[in-house]
Amino acid sequence: MSTVTTQTGHPSALAEFWYYFSRNKGAVIGLAVFLLVLFVAVFAPLVAPHGPTEQLRDKLLLPPAWMEGGEASYLLGTDAVGRDILSRLIYGSRFSLFIGLVVVTLSVISGVLIGLVAGYFRGRVDTFIMRIMDIILAFPSLLLALVLVAVLGPGLLNAMIAISLVNQPHFVRLTRAAVMAEKSKDYVVGSRVAGAGTFRLMFLTILPNCLAPLIVQATLAFSAAILDAAALGFLGMGAQPPTPEWGTMLAEAREFIQRAWWVVTFPGLAILVTVLAINLMGDGLRDALDPKLKRS
Amino acid sequence: MTPVLEARDITRDYHVPGSLFKKSRTVHAVKGVSFSVGEGKTLAIVGESGCGKSTLARIVTMIDPATSGDLLIDGRRIDIATEPLTADMRSKVQIVFQNPYGSLNPRRKIGEILTEPLIINAKMRADEREARAMAMLKKVGLEEKHYGRYPHMFSGGQRQRVAIARALMLNPRLLVLDEPVSALDLSVQAQVLNLLADLQSEFQLTYVFISHDLSVVRHIADDVMVMYFGEAVEYGSRDAVFNDPQHSYTRTLFAATPRVDIEAIRARLARKSAAASGASAPAAL
Repeated sequence: MSTVTTQTGHPSALAEFWYYFSRNKGAVIGLAVFLLVLFVAVFAPLVAPHGPTEQLRDKLLLPPAWMEGGEASYLLGTDAVGRDILSRLIYGSRFSLFIGLVVVTLSVISGVLIGLVAGYFRGRVDTFIMRIMDIILAFPSLLLALVLVAVLGPGLLNAMIAISLVNQPHFVRLTRAAVMAEKSKDYVVGSRVAGAGTFRLMFLTILPNCLAPLIVQATLAFSAAILDAAALGFLGMGAQPPTPEWGTMLAEAREFIQRAWWVVTFPGLAILVTVLAINLMGDGLRDALDPKLKRS
Repeated sequence: MTPVLEARDITRDYHVPGSLFKKSRTVHAVKGVSFSVGEGKTLAIVGESGCGKSTLARIVTMIDPATSGDLLIDGRRIDIATEPLTADMRSKVQIVFQNPYGSLNPRRKIGEILTEPLIINAKMRADEREARAMAMLKKVGLEEKHYGRYPHMFSGGQRQRVAIARALMLNPRLLVLDEPVSALDLSVQAQVLNLLADLQSEFQLTYVFISHDLSVVRHIADDVMVMYFGEAVEYGSRDAVFNDPQHSYTRTLFAATPRVDIEAIRARLARKSAAASGASAPAAL
């Protein structure tokens, strides 16, 4: 009997999470693709057949391997200055994931802190913060990012700062709404009666209960950041050449769109597949983390 | 002997700010209520929804300050509007809420919920805290295996037991019970009420029991206070209030309670069948 009771005990949080997550096939596929991209990014020097900036002057605009005139060692062809596109894409995944990670970290930390303060204290602090956020949201996000980069100067780091600033109001609003809903609940009052101070209430009692929508929003912001960084790169305001960033690669290949389709197509496909995978994963995360969708 | 809780002329006003089309106004939620509860006694506060019961509960639990009036706990005057509460005073009054589904933090295990008051208020080693929580868990009729579980794995009655256990962790003198059984079904209500009675005699607890259910009040109360629109219209011992209600509202309230004893049901059925036969008689003719 004792073995039975130990087995019927509460399954670990991770097992429960995986149970709900794995029911969403799209999310599992998204996770697999994301893990693949992550693997490629981490082991780029081992995976990539050539260096990202290595030029072969005699092999300009070489078509992909399966086309006439293609070479097996340049699987996806070469670009206008003779660099292997596959290697550049592989190294470029490092930049994309790095951008996503930095942007999400920056905007989540600042957004959650500001939203927590606004939702917890309400009153004038709340009004002040939310009007500023409304102003940021009123700008078209790419335009605002463009203006910020123009002010700070072009470059990957400034682009990331600009994108996090543009993304952050979403986290502020989401956190504020969740905090306001949680704050009036009895368990928060109960904690207060037990003597919990402001910080304990904010960070230990209320915040953990607001995390589910934030995690979902964070994954979506991750893909939005990759897209925005690519757009900024395409406009010449993000990563500067010869950095193998996907958006910058697109911008460089613009003039060859008629002659050599592969130079434009593959960076675009890489962006599409990564963003799609992360969005699918975010969907699955919402299913797994939202208690309202659980049948417990 | 000084009463555990004494309230003198407590009032609470809410200020509703005006807007462009409305004038600002003041809502008097509690209008000058006085009462006192001795050690080990139960005061029941009865009234319809919106009569100020829960506002009064929040004042007694020191969540909200009273607008005016004195609140004395163990003979000591408390005013949270002017001075911060000490850990000692706070631990003297604890509350159990009506809704057991909202009163436990869904992200915390039962053990964490129970030890939290100790972490905040008492300097104690972790294993000592755990032992206290385990002991309390057993006192309220739960088992040790429940320690590591989450609130959503429990039924309403079990959750209310956990809520009671949490309230008792700090060894309070006074427990405010804000409709603790009205969200539970009848058989579980009886279990929780019996548990409350056992705990009261074991820890010499003083209860302020807020309810709208008169049969529950008759079962558990020593004194009864009836509230109506923020005023205490009737205040006295249970027997005095139930046997000889003075105020017309109290009488209305008692008359509105559905009677479920056999005699009453038989009488009602008899009246019903009489009315039915009376109505069908002309048709038969």
